[in-house]
Amino acid sequence: MTAVLEIRGLTVSLPEDGDREFAIEDVSLSVEPGEIVCVVGESGSGKSVTAFTVMGLLDPRALTPVAGSVRLEGEDLLTLPDKRLRALRGERMSMIFQEPMTALNPVVRVGAQIAEMLEIHTRLSPTERRARVLAALADVQLPEPERLADCYPHQLSGGQRQRIMIAMALALEPALLIADEPTTALDVTTQARILQLIKDLQSSRGMGVLFITHDFGVVAEIADRVVVMQDGRVVEQGTVAEVLHAPSHPYTRLLIDAVPSMTPPERAEATGEEALSTAGLDKRFGTAGLFGGGRVVQAAKDISLTLRRGETLGIVGESGSGKSTVARCIMRLVDPTSGEILINGTDIAGMKQGSLRNLRHQIQIVFQDPYRSLNPRRTVGKSIVEGPMNFGVAEDEAWRRARELIEIVGLSADTLDRFPHQFSGGQRQRICIARALAMEPVILIADEAVSALDVSVQAQVLRLLDDVRRKFSLAMLFITHDLRVAAQICDRIMVMQHGKLVEQGPTAAVYANPSEQYTRDLLAAAPGQSRLPD
Amino acid sequence: MLRYVAFRILSTIPVMGVVALFVFVLLRLAPGDPAAVIAGDYATAEDVIRIREQLGLSDPLFIQFMRWLGDLLQGDLGTSIFSNKPVTLLISQRLEPTLLLTLTTIIFSVAVAVPLGTIAAYRAGSFIDRLVMLFSVGGFSIPVFVLGYMLIFTFSMSFDLLPVQGYRSPFSEGVLPFLRHIILPTATLGVIFIALISRMTRASVMEVLEEDYIRTARAKGQSEMRILVGHALRNAAVPIVTVIGIGIALLIGGVVVTESVYNIPGLGRLVLDAVLARDYPIIQGLMLFFSFVYIFINLIIDLCYTFLDPRIRY
Repeated sequence: MTAVLEIRGLTVSLPEDGDREFAIEDVSLSVEPGEIVCVVGESGSGKSVTAFTVMGLLDPRALTPVAGSVRLEGEDLLTLPDKRLRALRGERMSMIFQEPMTALNPVVRVGAQIAEMLEIHTRLSPTERRARVLAALADVQLPEPERLADCYPHQLSGGQRQRIMIAMALALEPALLIADEPTTALDVTTQARILQLIKDLQSSRGMGVLFITHDFGVVAEIADRVVVMQDGRVVEQGTVAEVLHAPSHPYTRLLIDAVPSMTPPERAEATGEEALSTAGLDKRFGTAGLFGGGRVVQAAKDISLTLRRGETLGIVGESGSGKSTVARCIMRLVDPTSGEILINGTDIAGMKQGSLRNLRHQIQIVFQDPYRSLNPRRTVGKSIVEGPMNFGVAEDEAWRRARELIEIVGLSADTLDRFPHQFSGGQRQRICIARALAMEPVILIADEAVSALDVSVQAQVLRLLDDVRRKFSLAMLFITHDLRVAAQICDRIMVMQHGKLVEQGPTAAVYANPSEQYTRDLLAAAPGQSRLPD
Repeated sequence: MLRYVAFRILSTIPVMGVVALFVFVLLRLAPGDPAAVIAGDYATAEDVIRIREQLGLSDPLFIQFMRWLGDLLQGDLGTSIFSNKPVTLLISQRLEPTLLLTLTTIIFSVAVAVPLGTIAAYRAGSFIDRLVMLFSVGGFSIPVFVLGYMLIFTFSMSFDLLPVQGYRSPFSEGVLPFLRHIILPTATLGVIFIALISRMTRASVMEVLEEDYIRTARAKGQSEMRILVGHALRNAAVPIVTVIGIGIALLIGGVVVTESVYNIPGLGRLVLDAVLARDYPIIQGLMLFFSFVYIFINLIIDLCYTFLDPRIRY
């Protein structure tokens, strides 16, 4: 039996000003029919370049394959003329992407986008196409195919959009499906369902799947075989059991170990003074129309919490649960509709922006995306000293503090004179933490602060956050969708759903004995629990 | 949606009110006196005062404004001081050439600029791209009257292909004469708008080409041509349509020079003559008319957005 996909000695060169000569070097792997092969690696490992080379979607100005072969059902894709390659794309090989929001054309109805696939590769009539589209939607278990086909992407949820992408990719029953981090942008419960769907479709149709991911939890959940990549090379490959339980390469072991455990470690109860509390915090978005026509979203309902100095309180929930709204209300980045927010005993819920300004330094935030939360035209040092100087700290003193902090977060002092683009994601997040600390805050809010980072870096940044919490006796509010991360860093945990508090308690207790069904579902959905060593 | 349209139409009323006030006051503040123009070079000071009395120009400004406003509310824009014809009649007589010139210019510009801009974006950084951008900078820089006379010199005088000047109505004088006369003015005006629209198209399409769904379309095996037209251009349309709309508004109000160069009896010429003569009612009427057109076209553009992008809803 010929392999669906056979990559031999594939090397892709980077442009001359790149940080290394080759994006990927001497990569060999194969996908058999009915097999799911996971390619695992961190950012820059070349896993996506490999996938895009197969599809012929590399940017020809930047990346060119210079050696090796890529055979799809025996045909070498690298030597094919464009026309033949286009015919194969969609028909014999398809791809789904990480961001189901941006991967769909926002101005075209989703049914039409699936139909486009049939239009390109078949001679079906419009009625036949419509029937095939509805069948494809039913195959990915979307409810009411008739109605959904006429929706625009923005009218669907993330999970539904990813199902649309899958329906589109599989419309012509390709031999190979390439999935590039297809669940990374989704909630855990949605992720679990999408993984199951891919697995089901894969086995019922007997296609090969090349599954790109950074998450060993997902690997454990779905893979038959695993290929581990680092810096553009394959460092290890084997069956999922071999790689997970007896990794031969140290990098593989590092990646597996970096997956945070679902078992919370012992943590001493925090006894510091109370830094933050809210009572009956409500936030409604939208306005009730004059004649009842308005649309109101209750983003947070009756949230009461307390947070002591030296304590980390985690707020976990899926997108739309209201966890970020709570953080933004506490920061007063949005105004709460009602309720109290006490910071060191002062109620700031209804405080005017003018008086609020004096309290701003007490409460600082680290955002999710370190690539967008630093001003690209300002040196790191200037970004750090700006805050303290706004609050009247003398320039010398502010710079002295910046030098001190940049070393505390594990970077060298010359970092201060450089610009954000010269740093990696993890380093930038350290810079953001230093910037927050420069204000000498009492409360630090980490809003998905490690979600955009590679697992190995994630562990380091988590450790740093825990260190600075202890060192400065910070009250930390940790917002995350990732239950593994929450298990490792939070003393107490609050589970939110649809703007309401579902359950709260000490992390270990909630993980061991969740009292609510929703919490149980959430915990069960975290990928890889059955097969990953804990 | 209907409520939004109704709201937008109603909200033009206060805007027009403010425009009316400003036009009125600014005109009265500007130097120049229609009475003196009418009276001629040999008139005595008494003559000028008498004419001013007759025209009602010596009444307090407030009274003059209220009088004008009162007429306005009855749909009467006043009467020209010089020709004694109603301003509404003058405008409607001059509307046809200007509207048709606007129409041909926009059709011509869009037909040329959108493909040019799209190709430039698709081949960004290439020779074609640089050529288009060079043309675009050139188009912005060259004054309309220079280009106009150059075209007349080349096509009308040297090769005797097209008429030098003038205007023929397609309704009363036939379509062919109309086209022969409108080609050069259209080309002259079109250059600036081609420059403007192609730049906007290029920028907008370039941005869209970076989007993930373009990659998705390629992954489906779609051809580059259809990716450009079916996916990229549709998503890039909002800013392009905005520029086209502004272009239409500018053209209706701003073709003074072109109409002068080609001797076309349109609104631009009417403005010019009225300003030189200080014919207040005409200027006021025209300014109100232009601002109404501007507001109206903006409304049309905003409504177009909802067809181009389903995420935009009012």
